[in-house]
Amino acid sequence: MSLTETTYLVVGASFALYILIAIRSGAGSTQEFYVAGKGIHPVANGMATAADWMSAASFISMAGLIGLSYNGYGGSVFLMGWTGGYVILAMLIAPYLRKYGKFTVPEFIGDRYYSDTARVVAVICLIICSVTYVIGQMKGIGVAFSRFLETDYETGLFSGMVIVFFYAVLGGMKGITYTQIAQFCVLIFAYTVPAIFISLQLTGQPVPQIGLGSTLADDTYLLEKLDRTLLDLGFQEYTTSVRGSTLNMAAFTASLMIGTAGLPHVIIRFFTVPTVRAARTSAGWALVFIAILYTTAPAVAAMARLNIIQTLEPQPGQHLSIEERPAWFKNWEQTGLLGIEDKNGDGLIQYSADPDTNELVTLDNDILVLANPEIAKLPHWVIALVAAGGLAAALSTAAGLLLAISSAISHDLLKRTLMPGISERQELMASRLAMAGAVLGAGYLGLNPPGFAAGTVALAFGLAASSLFPALLLGIFSKRVTREGAVLGMLAGIGVTLAYVFQHKGIMFIPGTSFLGDLPPNWFLGVEPNAFGVVGAIVNFGVSLTVSRLTAPPPESVKQLVEDIRVPVLSS
Amino acid sequence: MESNDVTARQIYWRENRRWMLILGTIWFVVSLGCGVLWVEPLNQIQVGGFKLGFWFAQQGAIYTFIVLIFVYARVMARLEKRLGFEEPEA
Repeated sequence: MSLTETTYLVVGASFALYILIAIRSGAGSTQEFYVAGKGIHPVANGMATAADWMSAASFISMAGLIGLSYNGYGGSVFLMGWTGGYVILAMLIAPYLRKYGKFTVPEFIGDRYYSDTARVVAVICLIICSVTYVIGQMKGIGVAFSRFLETDYETGLFSGMVIVFFYAVLGGMKGITYTQIAQFCVLIFAYTVPAIFISLQLTGQPVPQIGLGSTLADDTYLLEKLDRTLLDLGFQEYTTSVRGSTLNMAAFTASLMIGTAGLPHVIIRFFTVPTVRAARTSAGWALVFIAILYTTAPAVAAMARLNIIQTLEPQPGQHLSIEERPAWFKNWEQTGLLGIEDKNGDGLIQYSADPDTNELVTLDNDILVLANPEIAKLPHWVIALVAAGGLAAALSTAAGLLLAISSAISHDLLKRTLMPGISERQELMASRLAMAGAVLGAGYLGLNPPGFAAGTVALAFGLAASSLFPALLLGIFSKRVTREGAVLGMLAGIGVTLAYVFQHKGIMFIPGTSFLGDLPPNWFLGVEPNAFGVVGAIVNFGVSLTVSRLTAPPPESVKQLVEDIRVPVLSS
Repeated sequence: MESNDVTARQIYWRENRRWMLILGTIWFVVSLGCGVLWVEPLNQIQVGGFKLGFWFAQQGAIYTFIVLIFVYARVMARLEKRLGFEEPEA
């Protein structure tokens, strides 16, 4: 069987599984549609959360981001940032919102801040964060299809939309939860199998996390070898190269951490478990499942980088000739992820940090994960599995985001603000329509990505960190913060973050409209735009607390609400 | 009865904040501390094939986060049992 046939078979089987699950888990009530009836076991919810969380970017791009763009140590911001948020979530957010016990994040903000304005501002912040995020997933689906199944981008995107449409519109959170569990199993298997093989080949150690600290065949430590090789090629040392400055790394890590704890599509997953206690353990399980991939990724990053360098230059000074380059190399050149240019005309490929002499002119981040199985000469079914895994990661995250968007529209805007009189059946119908609309809207944006889609998923974290996270945290831990404080705080936080990003990246990311230029010397204290969410959050906290001091305190009923969400049940 | 409940709530919230502070401090130390701020001195220590600071930033912090969440879940469950805030199994 050819590689393409195997890939169609494996991906087709995984899709058939998702559809089967969808047919068996239709939602019959709004409670099932929004929060899966609150009956999900904490371990199962942990798996679903892990799939919800790990996006196409985590699966396909993160190892390359660490191993290539951020040259090793600098990439740690993603590893710590995208896991550390779960500690905040488990201690400061999830248990209390689960106790509150309703359906959406804007609903809590609206009730806690006794204001429909707060509710609507929260809906707007949610939509800005989630839409930024979902465009990346739709693009991921289209790209994964076109690379592995040799369809064009549009066909790939439509196929993905049909699948998501099917289980998200039919089953809401219930259908999404069960498919996410299946998708987690597919994606984690697909990620770890090639990693185990590459670790075995390089270090003889089957556990990649340990392999990263082990020795190679020549008895030198892998990381030591990589450090030395990169220095020889003119790069910085792998294990110590800082991204920007220490302050920038700290700000970036902190932004990703608190952004994680403020992302609505992650928070609502914790509304699906039966108790407050289950919400806490479920966050722990989610992190266990996430950590399997997040501790494998840095091993893949270092090993695949070393593998590529050793393919190009087996011994120092002995370069691979262009004629003799392996088949996988030629295949990935055709996709545009690899590119060579024989600048000095000697028929050999010289890889170097110096752009004037470097002949590996294109080396895309995604190549570290995508080409890994071929570089390690693994069988066809493993390559097919990576395709299915990448699609599972993109589909599961897209579905979670679409639910967060559609429930904010049907529940918060329609039921709680505009048309409070509608019956539950009408609301369920509205939520299905909102979901259908959200899928079509996301598909449209995937086909016609606006300029800001290039602004990446990292931006969504900055926006969540600066808008929703402070409002949630203050809503739980302070009885004094008022509606005026919360509304102005959210607007100031998201405003400052967007302004900073726009001034460096262009207004709405339109090239040429950035008035300060995307240059490190112009960055505030050397903090890059993607890391600015933490500054936005501090502004949000400051404005909320100051304005709350100057306005009338919240009514007694709100103070009672805060008292009630702080304990799991009334004392027996 | 009313005042008992108020006292229990106060104890519960005080204990909760105490644990959040302890575990939050460890959370900060292993990630932003060992992984970012003090990474250079820690990198002087070599453990197997890893520089220690690098290991914290790429693996150690994550393992610690998992332990922190389960410890928090456990101490809170015990506290709830002791003070009568235990939820019925759903």
